[in-house]
Amino acid sequence: MEEVDVEPSPMLIPSAGFHQRHLGFEWGPGDLLVYETNYKLQGPRSAGSPLVHVVRKDEDICSPILRKLFNESHLIFVGLQKIKEDVPSKNKKSQFVSISKNYRSVIRACMEELQQNAVSAQDGSLASQYGDQVSILLAIELIWNLCEVLFIDAAPAGSLLLHLLDWVRLHKSDVDARAREVLQSESPAQHQSYWDVVISLVLQGRMDEARQVLSKQASLRAESSSVFKRMDVLLQTMPIFNPTGTQTLTEFDVKWRHWHEECDRCLQDNTFASNRHLETIVKILVGDEDTILEQKELLSTWYHFLVTRLLFTHPTIKPPDLHYYAQSSMNMFLGPRAPPEPLDIILLSAFEFDLHQVIKDCSIALNNWWFVAHLTDLLDHCKLLQSHNLHFGSNLREFLVLEYASGLFTHHSLWQLAVDYFDHCPEFGRVYLELQIERIPLDTERKAIKVLRICEDRQMSEQVRSICKIMAKRALRNNRLGSALSWSIRAKDAAFATLISERFLQDYCNKGSFTDLDLLDNLGPAMLLSDRLTFLGKYREFHRLYGENRFSEAAKLLLSLMTAKIAPRGLWMTLLTDALPLLEQKEVIFSVDQTYELMSCLEELNTGTKDSNTTDQDEDIESTKTELLRLALARNLAMAIVKEGTIET
Amino acid sequence: MDPTAKYISQKISRTRWRPVPAGLLQQPEVFAAGSWDNESNRVSIWSLGDDDSDTDGEFDEEPRLLCDSEHDGDVTDLQFLDGDRLVSASSSGAVAILKLQPDCQALSLAHVWERAHRYSCDNAPCTAVVCRSPELVSVGEDGRVILYKADQTEVVRVIENADSSTIHAVTFLRTTEVLTVNSIGQLKMWDFRQQSDSPAQILSLTGDRVPLHCVDKHPNQQHIVATGGQDGMLCIWDVRQGNTPFSLIEAHSAEMWEVHFHPSNPNHLFTCSEDGSLLHWETTSGSDMSTLLQRGWNSRVVSHSGVPLAGEDDSVVSSWLAGDSSKNRLEATHMLPSQTLSVNSLDVLEQCLVCGTDGEAVYVHRQLPNFSI
Repeated sequence: MEEVDVEPSPMLIPSAGFHQRHLGFEWGPGDLLVYETNYKLQGPRSAGSPLVHVVRKDEDICSPILRKLFNESHLIFVGLQKIKEDVPSKNKKSQFVSISKNYRSVIRACMEELQQNAVSAQDGSLASQYGDQVSILLAIELIWNLCEVLFIDAAPAGSLLLHLLDWVRLHKSDVDARAREVLQSESPAQHQSYWDVVISLVLQGRMDEARQVLSKQASLRAESSSVFKRMDVLLQTMPIFNPTGTQTLTEFDVKWRHWHEECDRCLQDNTFASNRHLETIVKILVGDEDTILEQKELLSTWYHFLVTRLLFTHPTIKPPDLHYYAQSSMNMFLGPRAPPEPLDIILLSAFEFDLHQVIKDCSIALNNWWFVAHLTDLLDHCKLLQSHNLHFGSNLREFLVLEYASGLFTHHSLWQLAVDYFDHCPEFGRVYLELQIERIPLDTERKAIKVLRICEDRQMSEQVRSICKIMAKRALRNNRLGSALSWSIRAKDAAFATLISERFLQDYCNKGSFTDLDLLDNLGPAMLLSDRLTFLGKYREFHRLYGENRFSEAAKLLLSLMTAKIAPRGLWMTLLTDALPLLEQKEVIFSVDQTYELMSCLEELNTGTKDSNTTDQDEDIESTKTELLRLALARNLAMAIVKEGTIET
Repeated sequence: MDPTAKYISQKISRTRWRPVPAGLLQQPEVFAAGSWDNESNRVSIWSLGDDDSDTDGEFDEEPRLLCDSEHDGDVTDLQFLDGDRLVSASSSGAVAILKLQPDCQALSLAHVWERAHRYSCDNAPCTAVVCRSPELVSVGEDGRVILYKADQTEVVRVIENADSSTIHAVTFLRTTEVLTVNSIGQLKMWDFRQQSDSPAQILSLTGDRVPLHCVDKHPNQQHIVATGGQDGMLCIWDVRQGNTPFSLIEAHSAEMWEVHFHPSNPNHLFTCSEDGSLLHWETTSGSDMSTLLQRGWNSRVVSHSGVPLAGEDDSVVSSWLAGDSSKNRLEATHMLPSQTLSVNSLDVLEQCLVCGTDGEAVYVHRQLPNFSI
């Protein structure tokens, strides 16, 4: 067995395993069944808990708000698969980025709704549950955004930092709230968070906004306004790389170095010595790591520290160099004693461009395959995953999508989404779908019709047949012969159609008349599905013709039923008995040849082996019938010969 | 204009507009939605919010939930009996009347006929219900047709064994006549004035007996009926004419779940299907009299039955019975922006369209494009 990456955490199952009883278990598609057992095969029976516990790892699937995530992302997933291969790669990249943004906006929408619910929830445990889900979604969105910046958008040096700045700004939104609070207060400059806001804005590289807040201060103190003006100029002249502009990276670098020297000069000249806050700001602008590190409270995360550090020391950072800074930033920020959280490790792996490690760590940390499946699928479309064949045959993307879809299938409602996911797994998707789709409980015909449509669209004829058989059998048990027949027609199941026809005929023999005439009279081409069914249809037609007094046609039909061997042997007696009234008619209906054929049928019937179980009474009845028939046939023969021999004059 | 989508965390089996009081030229604002395939199903009432007149016209209000109530079994059909009563059909075989409190604050159960549809040892799902206040008719998988009165606790009449196969949908033709469609492709007309339990008339397509899933009557002309079936074919029938439909149109590539004539503008027809599309059919009826005579006469001669309808008022000849479904007479437009999972239900009233899908989303069009009354 492979080594485990993480020590598994034990889960307590309430009311199981007391008194040292053994626990047995069985894996299901999405959950685990646990029960108390004796373990030894023989031995005295002892009272144990009669309960079977269902242990489910993924509780998110039951959350109504997260369901929206699953549904909306399903639409995006299907849209992504439809992107054609032949579009040039530059256009594709922008498409992929917009798809990534779609996914993220769906996550954000869910997060907001969960947040609202967490705030308004009455129940404490429910509120904390919502809170947990919010923080997980926050982490997911953070990781996804970083992956989008680093891998999908794959920004080159220069714009890389800009994207990272955006990323940090998006995930540190309290700065805006605080800035608003300060600006809206009566005297912003006296507000206690004033300098915190200014420094936070500077740390995030939002120079214009920092200048705006700073100007509130400048208007108050006329005497030190020159110092503030100086700072204002410094902040204003900070060069920002413009990716769409004509400036090359080297030009930008040169400009930035000039500006950096300027800031350094201000620091050396002690220009801002009068105001310690401004002094701090200029130290930050120079890129003094210790000063930036002092702002731990305002930065709050090591990756913010990383980006700020890069902004003021190395704005033209190239992607491959990122990981040096990432590792050192994390170490500096967290200190030697604090162990890194799983999220930190994942982000670090992302900075190191180790995709597989990111995916692996996320799979372990999260209890639901949603995130890794969708992200891996998107990265695979961007052709970023090497074909990394796993021991179990399929590639990483397919494995994750299959796992996610299998999890969906265990849900009573979301199984319909899973079908589309299976469709886009070329190697094993079909097999998985074939196995899973038969196990969906079918309570109503409508659900069965939907499941059948899924199977028929994919030419899964085995599954179609089995589902139709289940529905037909159920209909038969409830005496709905018409429904049963329509199901067997759909499955083109000749054997079952035969069974149903037998049932009809049995009913006829018992009751003497047909039930469900509306069905039998309107079989149409479906009659040809099975021989027995054809016989049934034609037999009913015979009765109808007889009822309409169209005797000669009825007679012809009856004869053809017997001679063409469509009629089952057991019913020949009944058919011959039906022929009796036709034979007894005043006018001759059966011709000589037809009568001879009837006679031969009768003899064939009688020469068959006698059933030893028939009682004497039955044998008597049988022989009486045979005698009557023989008499009638003989009389008819006589009349027919005479009629055919007569020449009309 | 694209419809507004709202994800409601349950697969939707039926959506219905709440009827607007007659005479007031209001657009409908409240709709009901029923769910299916959930461990606990619900009937919920949604509101579209205020009209756009005072806010920016571009702003799309998402529907918001007003109230809901638990429902035992899947909601297989939903119909408004009147402004505050709702009838629901359940997969447990029950038919229930739900009462909507004023201001839509709550939805409560007023009366339920438990096990109206049943087998001898099991529950039979009720598949459809139709109302013409105060009467209700329900049909189910057990092949029964049951007549109720809204205020009476006992059922008024049961037609046992009306059908040997499942009856999928029902509609009122006249006050005492209903039309049902079943899973062997037959339309049966039942007259409640007659004592016998057999249908007054049976119509079906020759050829393959394709199950029919939905039926709707033309609002003004009681003999014109549209049906949709398992193969996605839209058929227009004239029930006086007998055994063959007037037009057969290949509408969808999978089962058609609902077909609706627009109640006040019957030249418009809407269909929705398992293949994820919702189509809006418009037939141009040629208001110019001369073109009507030219085209109208010619196409009637070419029509299916070949026999001109006796006693028919020429100017009222319905464009649906023209039998000619070539493109210049019948246009179809997709109403949903992209392919979704199955669209299970739709309802249309005045200028508003609402539909529900298996992707757990409700789509609302507040202003039907290309729609003129």
